[in-house]
Order: sequence, then C-alpha cells, then structure tokens
Amino acid sequence: MSDTQNTHVTGYRFSILIWVDLLILTLLTIEVAQFDFQSLTVIVALVIATIKSYLVGTHFMHLKFENKFLKAVVIGVGVLFLAVLIVLFSDYLFY
Amino acid sequence: MTSTTLSHDVHPVHFDAYGKKLGMWIFLFTEVLLFGGLFLVYAAYRFLNHDAFHEGSAELNVVVGAINPVVLLTSRLTVAMSITALQRGDSKRAINLIMWTLILAGTFMFNKYYEWYTKWEHGLFPGMDHYKELPAGKAQFFNLYFFMTGLHAIHIIIGSILLMVIAFYIKKGTINQQRYTYLENGGLYWHLVDVIWIYLFPLFYLII
Amino acid sequence: MTAIPQSGTYINFFEVKRGFMSWLVTADHKRIALLYFYAIMGFFIVAFGLGLVMRLELIAPGATILDPQTYNEVFTLHGVIMIFLFIIPGIPAIFGNFALPMLIGAPDVAFPKLNLISWYLYVLGGLLALSTLLFGDGPADTGWTFYAPYSVKTGTNVTVAVLAAFVLGFSSILTGLNFIVTMHQMRAPGMTWFKMPLFPWALYATAWIQVLATPIIGITLLMIVAERTLGLGLFDPALGGDPVLYQHLFWIYSHPAVYIMALPAMGIVSETIPVFVKKSIFGYKVIVYSSLAIAFIGYFVWGHHMFTSGMSGPARVIFSVLTFLVAIPSAIKVFNWVATLYKGAIDIKVPLLYALAFIFQFAIGGLTGLVVGALATDIHVHDTYFVVGHFHYVMFGGTGFAFFGALHFYYPKIWGRMYNLKWANIAFVIFFIGFNLVYFPMLVLGMMGMPRRYYDYLPEFTLPNLISTIGSWVLAIGLVIMLVNLINGRKGPKASTNPWQSVTLDWTHTQSPPTLYNFDETPQVERGPYDYRNYEQYLKEHNKN
Repeated sequence: MSDTQNTHVTGYRFSILIWVDLLILTLLTIEVAQFDFQSLTVIVALVIATIKSYLVGTHFMHLKFENKFLKAVVIGVGVLFLAVLIVLFSDYLFY
Repeated sequence: MTSTTLSHDVHPVHFDAYGKKLGMWIFLFTEVLLFGGLFLVYAAYRFLNHDAFHEGSAELNVVVGAINPVVLLTSRLTVAMSITALQRGDSKRAINLIMWTLILAGTFMFNKYYEWYTKWEHGLFPGMDHYKELPAGKAQFFNLYFFMTGLHAIHIIIGSILLMVIAFYIKKGTINQQRYTYLENGGLYWHLVDVIWIYLFPLFYLII
Repeated sequence: MTAIPQSGTYINFFEVKRGFMSWLVTADHKRIALLYFYAIMGFFIVAFGLGLVMRLELIAPGATILDPQTYNEVFTLHGVIMIFLFIIPGIPAIFGNFALPMLIGAPDVAFPKLNLISWYLYVLGGLLALSTLLFGDGPADTGWTFYAPYSVKTGTNVTVAVLAAFVLGFSSILTGLNFIVTMHQMRAPGMTWFKMPLFPWALYATAWIQVLATPIIGITLLMIVAERTLGLGLFDPALGGDPVLYQHLFWIYSHPAVYIMALPAMGIVSETIPVFVKKSIFGYKVIVYSSLAIAFIGYFVWGHHMFTSGMSGPARVIFSVLTFLVAIPSAIKVFNWVATLYKGAIDIKVPLLYALAFIFQFAIGGLTGLVVGALATDIHVHDTYFVVGHFHYVMFGGTGFAFFGALHFYYPKIWGRMYNLKWANIAFVIFFIGFNLVYFPMLVLGMMGMPRRYYDYLPEFTLPNLISTIGSWVLAIGLVIMLVNLINGRKGPKASTNPWQSVTLDWTHTQSPPTLYNFDETPQVERGPYDYRNYEQYLKEHNKN
C-alpha cells in the first residue's frame, strides 16, 4: 500500500473563481426571495442552495478527484435523507 | 503486492492517507444526518405552521443575516487556499491563511452574537417573558431558529479549535507538504459546516 | 516496556505488556475487545438482575416486592442498559473488534486509538446511565423510548439518562466508522470483497447503519435535553409542536438499531454453521446481499412502531408494506442456513447448538414480528405482552444466543484454553429451556390481552405469569452454570490453535491466543472463505501447530 495521497493541487485562482460563483449565487438567493413564487419559493431557494453545495463539494471538498465509491456514497446519503423526508411526509401530507 | 514481514515492535499499519480521508467523510455523513434530523423537524413544523413561520422569518434581519453567509463563504476560500499553499510547500502562508479563517470565524460569531443580543433586547430569547408568550407556530419557529443556529455555532467553535490545532502542527512540521491529510480533513469539516449554513440561511431568513 | 521477541519465540497479546495501566492505554484491538467484554458483561448481569426482579414482582397479581414507581424505573433501566449497553455494542464491539481484523488478515483496525476512545465513551455512557440511580428523584421512569411529552414533564433523571444514550451513540458511531475504513483499506492481499467472510460483511452492513442512523437519535435526544433544560418546547403541541414527531425521529434510529443488534448475530451464525458442517455456506452472495438489503430497507420501516400513535392512514399502510419487505431478506438467510446443514457432516458442538437455537428462536421472533407488522393484527396486540415476547425472542433468543454462541466459539482463540464441553452443553440446555419458559407465556399473555409496562395484572393472567417467573429462575441457573464453566475454563486444558477445524484466517494463520499484530507475515488469500474441499490437507499445511 503505497502513499495514496492524491496529488492534485487546486490553484489559487481557480479557488477564487469558485468563490466568486458562490458569492453571486448567494446574492441571487437573496434577490430571488423578494419575488413571491407562492409554494415554489422554498423550492427555488433549496435548488440554489443545492447548486452551491454541489460547487463546494466538487471543487472545495475535492470530490471531483475522489474515487467512484466516495462519490456514490455522498450521493447515496443525500438520496437517503430525501427518502426519509418523503416517507415521513406520508404521515403529514395525508393527515 | 509482496508479503511483508512484520516486526513486533514497529506498528505495521502504514500511514494511510486515503483511509483517513474516508474516515473523515464518514464522520461528515454523521454530521449531515445530525442536522438532517433537525431539517426533518423544520420541514414538519413548517408544514404544520405555514403562516406562523412566515411571520417569524419576517422578524429576522435579512441584512445582518446576509453578512454571515458571505463571511463564511470567504473563510471557505481561505481554507481552500491554505491547503493549496501547504501542498506547494509554503507552510507559512498556509498558517497565515488559517489565521484569516479564524478571524472570519470570529466575525461570524460576533455577528451571531449581535443578532441574538438584539433578540434578547426584545425579550425574544428562550426563557424570557415575551418569548414565552409567543403564539403557537411562531414559538416553534424561534425554538428551531435558536436550536439550529446555536448548534451550528457550536460546530463553528469546534471547527475553529480543530483548525487551531492543525495550524500548531503545521508550525511544528508534523503536518507538511508530504502529509497534509489532517489539514485536508480539517478543511473538509469546515466546508461541511458552511454547507449546513447554505441551507440554514434561506430557510430561516428568506421566507417571504 | 515492549517485549521484543527473539525470532521464533511466540508471545501472545496478553504477555506483550503487563500491568493494569497497559490495558487502559492499549491500542490493540484484541485487548480493547476484552475491555469491552468485561464492561459489557458487567452491565448485562446488572440488567439481567433487574429482569429477574421484574419477573419476581409479576409472580402474582397485586404488589409483591415493588411499588409502581419503582417498577417503572426498573423496567426503564433494564431497557436502557440492555439496549444501549449490551445488545447494540455486544457483538460488534467484542467479537467484531476481536475477530474482524483477523478474519480479513489485518494487523489491527484502521484507527486503533479511536477504537480505545470508543471504549472510554462507552464506559462514560454506562456510568452516566448508572449515575441516575444515585441522585435527584431516581432513574428515568419513561421506558427506554423516552416518549415526549412524558419524558419532558417527569421529575426523574431523564436528562442524564438521555445524555448517556447520546454518549453511547457516539461510541457506536466511532466503532462503525472504524470498521468501515478497516474493511475498505486493510483486507489482506487477495481478499476481494467477495472473498471476505460473512461476519465481516454483516459488520459492514451494521456499520453503515450505525453511522447513518445513530445521528438522528443523537439530535432527537438533544432536543429532549433542550426542552427540559432550556425550555424550548420543541415537542409541545401548545407551541405548534408535535409529540408524534418525536416518535418518528426516535424510531428512525431505533428501528434500524434493531438491525444493528440483529445483523452481527446473523454474521456469527453464518460464521459458525459452515465450521461445524464442514461445508461451504449455501448461497454466499445471497447472504451478503440480504445483509445489505436488510440494512437499506430497515431504514424505512420505523413507522410500524406507531400504528396506534395517530399516524395518517396512507402512512400506516406504507409502513406495513415496507415491514413485510424487510422480512424477505431475513427469511432468505434462515433458508440458507438450513440449506447449509443439508447433507453436511454435522458435528454438534456448543457453538453450533447456540447457532441452531438462534435459528429456531429467531424464526419465532420473526414470525411474531409479522403479526405486529401487519396493520390490522397490530392494533389488537399493540402494547401488550405479545410485543414484549416478540422482541425478546428476536433480541435475546436471537442476538443474545448468538452472543453466547460467539463466546463459546472464540473462547479457545481468545484465551488459548478450552472450557468443559459437557458442562457447556448442560448449561446450554438449561438456558434454552429457561428462555422459552420465560418468553413463550408472554406471547400467550399478549394474545389474552395483558398490557405491558404494568406492575400489576388481572387474576386471570396468573398462571402464564407464574410459569414465566419460574422460567426466569431456570434461565438464571443456566446462565450461572455457563459463566462458571467459562471462568473455570481459564484453567482448563490448552486448546490447539484451531480446535474447530475452521478454514478462515482467524483460525488458520494465528496463534491461540494471537500475537500482538495477529500474523507473522501478511497472509495471502487464495481460497474462498468457506472452501472446505480438502480442508484437512489445507489445515495440515497452514495450521500453526
């Protein structure tokens, strides 16, 4: 078992670029919240939040350079949480 | 892979960078689900008290609230850059960038303190008279607000301590260009705590 | 103080370092397993005693030895200790810690120090749980489920009990995390995933549940603490909260926790049966997949604990269907074990007896589980002794028996000595009869309509209760004989390194007791885990002596 440290180095400039992207998305969340999309408002907010976490995950948390297993498990945990939420709401929605 | 003879006085386990990172990720999953439980509660109570949550949200200060995501976002950048610095062998710069992260974390905490303090001045703090008189639903909004942002603040403190320890070991040279996994793991933790805020922010401050 | 052996001499893990302190700072997975063993057995005996006290109270209608409040506290403490301090950590923390690295050909777990920290957290949690006896208004009286709103209103020491469960959850998470990384990173060369024995596979599935479900109860218990200490009425309906949501969150963890308790036991059974049948396990891959399927589906069946709690109609139907789904992989395993026995050279030794008792009692527990998993019948038997009987058949008749089976199985490997086989058989028979005498009448009582968690009952329930109480004494006698026999075994004859003639790495490539890092050199794996073709030849080549 040799050193498995992945040797990919993210450049400073690239990090700053992602930072700018995230900043824009944050401002977008606040802007978008001013409009009333009725029940869609929260969905829009969560979609933007998920895009932001995707950017953080792939670039800052280096998921882009990780193996398939880790990527799959990260997605799996997200799906698991969503599934639990849906099953839980089988109680609240039909109450 | 050839079989290696294991001597008895040297621990035969190699330094396994990937294993340590995998362990950190698994730990992050537990953190995700720890907050996940709270998001389930939030979802259920928001569903049950739809209008009250809107009223509660309107009482939070969006401007003050919006400073914090930006602060955290920037601290995220400094952590990412400190990893780059260490990978390039510039440990001095790495430590400097961690210090910046800590300063930003402090800013976040001060902002949080200010926010809670204004609530306290209005009697809107757990245990105070005005808080106890909150109508059903709105009370639940503030319960969750204090519980979730409070728990998040505890995580910021834990993350800061973690980064401080890591900075110390970088200075000592234990964490270095060849073995930067601990810094990477500290960074992962920091990013995760920020990801949680990415969701907390719109769910509490931006319900119109 | 490390003893450096001369080449060729053999120093086992007991002898490497001596002294009490060397145990408290050890990072050796085998020593940590033994630390767990002594702590867990201690707590088990305490909770077993509490169970005997409860049975004694129920020997006849009316108050006999306990007042109602004490009875409530006793069954709560019995439940908390048995669940959080015995059944959940039991098999993974003791036998998983001991055998997992050896089964996959590794010198230790991935994070040895973290392993020790888990043990300290376990002890801290245990002491917190016991400390509730000592101060304030006595131990919690809520039942181990800590249901809101009662757990928020009662004056007993719920806060500390809940914090104990939180700390124990942390310990459980760290053990799970450790095992996952160990299995990913430290398998011996040649050991592919599908050459890994089934006990590690069971632990792998278990570990994922530990990691992914435990945080939910952590946060739920913290909410109870916040409600009790900070006055955040998170489950208070007057503030827009929902007490039923507490039950949801509690069972989102606590049902998967049932599989944290059961899966390792199934792993032990899968591990022991082929050894005493000298035949490859039937349907190896199917058992692997069924373990993973149980872990996954088991996450979505929590609502069947709440059929009478006021859930919506569709939710109840969905949970009932999902519950039936999770029975399938369990049944597949039972089928595979029985099929493994078919035409095997069955050698009935004590560990196999426990494994067979597991299959028998787990089948009863599983089938009665369908009765409570079905919506209509559950309404009838919910919160009766039927449920108590059901889960004791699964937890004690299943996991408990597998635990003692594993103890008899690994005994010669751990201590390098052999206990008296005849007395072990006698103890097993008494234990088995006692167990069924205690719990079978409970199933009957439940059908008759006796509710659980009362210190008193109507006169018509007397006879089954009397049988059950007498059974509890038989069970206790069986336990005492078993433990005395095991303790005496420490001075028994030296065991060979592979007394059961197993072909897995933990028996073939290690000494008894094993050396500090288990293997002299990293083993090369070529055979499947249960390949008993020409096993005598293979053992002659590989056995240590």
